Amino acid sequence: MYRYDEFDERFVRERVAQFRDQVSRRLDGSLTEDEFKPLRLKNGVYLQLHAYMLRIAVPYGTLSGRQLRQLALIGEKYDRGYGHFTTRTNLQFNWPKLRDIPDILDLLADVEMHCIQTSGNCIRNVTADHFAGVAQDELEDPRPTAELLRQWSSLHPEFSYLPRKFKIAVTGAEHDRAVIKAHDIGLRLRRHPDTHETCYEVSVGGGLGRTPMIGKVVRDYLPKPDLLAYLEAIMRVYNLEGRRDNKYKARVKILVHEIGVEEFKRRVEEEFARLDGPSVNADPAEIARIAAYFAPPAYETLPEVSRVLEATKAGNPAFARWVETNTTPHKAPGYTALTISLKPIGEAPGDATSDQMRLVADLAEQYSHDELRVTHAQNLVLPHVRQRDLFAIWQKLGEAGLASANIGLITDIIACPGLDYCALATARSIPIAQAIQQRFADDERQRLIGELNIKISGCINACGHHHVGHIGILGLEKRGIESYQITLGGESTENAKIGEILGPGVAAEDVPEAIERIVEVYLTQRVGNESFIESVRRLGLAPFKAAFQEVAHAVA
Amino acid sequence: MAAAVKRPPLPAILLANDLLDGDIVFATAAPDGALVWTRDPAHALVAADDPAAERLEAYAANQLATNHVVDAYLVDVAIEGGLPVPRHYRERMKTLGPSNRLDLGKQAGEGIDAQSKRVSA
Ligand code: HEM
Ligand code: SF4
Repeated sequence: MYRYDEFDERFVRERVAQFRDQVSRRLDGSLTEDEFKPLRLKNGVYLQLHAYMLRIAVPYGTLSGRQLRQLALIGEKYDRGYGHFTTRTNLQFNWPKLRDIPDILDLLADVEMHCIQTSGNCIRNVTADHFAGVAQDELEDPRPTAELLRQWSSLHPEFSYLPRKFKIAVTGAEHDRAVIKAHDIGLRLRRHPDTHETCYEVSVGGGLGRTPMIGKVVRDYLPKPDLLAYLEAIMRVYNLEGRRDNKYKARVKILVHEIGVEEFKRRVEEEFARLDGPSVNADPAEIARIAAYFAPPAYETLPEVSRVLEATKAGNPAFARWVETNTTPHKAPGYTALTISLKPIGEAPGDATSDQMRLVADLAEQYSHDELRVTHAQNLVLPHVRQRDLFAIWQKLGEAGLASANIGLITDIIACPGLDYCALATARSIPIAQAIQQRFADDERQRLIGELNIKISGCINACGHHHVGHIGILGLEKRGIESYQITLGGESTENAKIGEILGPGVAAEDVPEAIERIVEVYLTQRVGNESFIESVRRLGLAPFKAAFQEVAHAVA
Repeated sequence: MAAAVKRPPLPAILLANDLLDGDIVFATAAPDGALVWTRDPAHALVAADDPAAERLEAYAANQLATNHVVDAYLVDVAIEGGLPVPRHYRERMKTLGPSNRLDLGKQAGEGIDAQSKRVSA
């Protein structure tokens, strides 16, 4: 894992001291709320519905056991004993007191963490494939790129006051698990067909929110060494020409849309040509230094398949089911990447208690080379687990209520905090997720339905990625009550697509039934072992719409 | 942030987030009649007419300016069982807490002392 050098360390400590001073000036009245708000936001402190909220950056979703244990401590000491993992792979605490936040930031700095650039119109936490470094379909680990971008974008003076927030995601794999096409910039490592060198495919202008857009490719094969200069060119075009007159039109997606991708590309290439590449691009020695931190751990030489595992599976169907749904093939023989579901039936998606965090921290240390990941689907990953250790891990997770076998299934729901916490919300999301989970709680039924992503947002900002859910649910207000708009056919992968609206909004209590009808259409019309989304692609919207409308009309 | 922008229909109460702790507070009348903050929505002072609403607005402006609270605004309420209940579900959430965690927030009596604790309906 990346370790802070003395510069990083000093910088983070200075920022904490600075914020401590700002908080005390706020508390003694020398700063007004208008003056203080931009300062607190720069340090990840929001005001939500019931309390302040602190958003902690988890760079490219990677944590050590020690870091997660520290988060557990903070949750217990300064919050209510739990935290919420988000689609941006960050952690949010929902109840910190303003007076305590400087102390919390010091505790974070002790484990090389902070909240800088988790809010505001800057380049936010860079996210990456949660199976980085271990997935079999990976060409190259995306995290050295993500770390390089983190260093480049942290307090970059030119990009600290962008027209709007800016999000970058990186993948090094064939299959996109980082939703790169829904980011302002999406990077995909790929090999050039002629030179065989590793390059980046660069997409720009993806984003969700009120005007969802899928990113467009502006460079098919950007040579790796040119990365920073090319991104700097993109940022400059955006910084100069992105709209500052209307915050709803300020994201780079709107600029790309308004001037067209060809014109945008032309301006970026022009700027890129003008830039002094060598002075902007990272020194190869620095790139190598960063990459070294992400070298794979020392794996044992193991047989491809663990006999111990096979034997335990044979004697324990529940365990076998969990292994089947929650593990992903690993590069190293005899190992697996294990996803720990933070979606037990009836709990808030992405919430973890301090006790659960401690357990996962212990497991990471004992069984996963002291490393874990946060996924954009609000789950946790132990990336380097020996297959033969799975049973012991499963038993311990079970004791903590963390052994749900539902990764990628209908109850593995993404949900933003919604109106239970968020001041911007128009409706609740968590209870909707819980009601759907209850309805589909049966393990066999879930497996029968197979892969199906439901994503829920409590307002148009789309923090819950509803646009790219196979089934998306958006909570709105209609005539003074909560109303839910349902979309179908969204995809967050390399086939990224925005879902289409099925019909009028339905009341909260009718959402599970509406989902049921949609699922029934799939179950009765699927061909062979076609997945839900494959059926939707083949059948189109019409049959689903008809089934949905029955529910919508019955309750209208 | 200025004081409450637009006055909602009456009756109304004044709520805000406490500056230090961030939790929701309500304007109420102390025994001597002066306005103070309480954490208990049951004790929120209900303004039924324009002069009473103006008084709450003036208090909001004063308390924002003197850095005691943030995000203060008037909320229209219905009187149910003698207690003010916000008409809009968003503000109702503020008087209760997260609906998926009944063990947290005002609905769990947080910040509300035992004597003044409202008997839940
Ligand atoms: C205090 C709580 C939050 C506030 C105020 C907030 C605010 C916003 C706003 C205003 C947008 C729309 C941006 C735009 O269209 O330009 C947005 C988008 C987004 N937020 Fe949040 N959000 C909050 C919590 C969260 C949480 C909990 C998550 C993760 C679960 C999250 C992840 C995202 C994502 C993924 C998007 C859409 C992607 C995009 O930027 O286009 N946010 N948020
Ligand atoms: S989508 Fe809306 S309700 Fe949900 S967290 Fe984002 S801003 Fe809040």
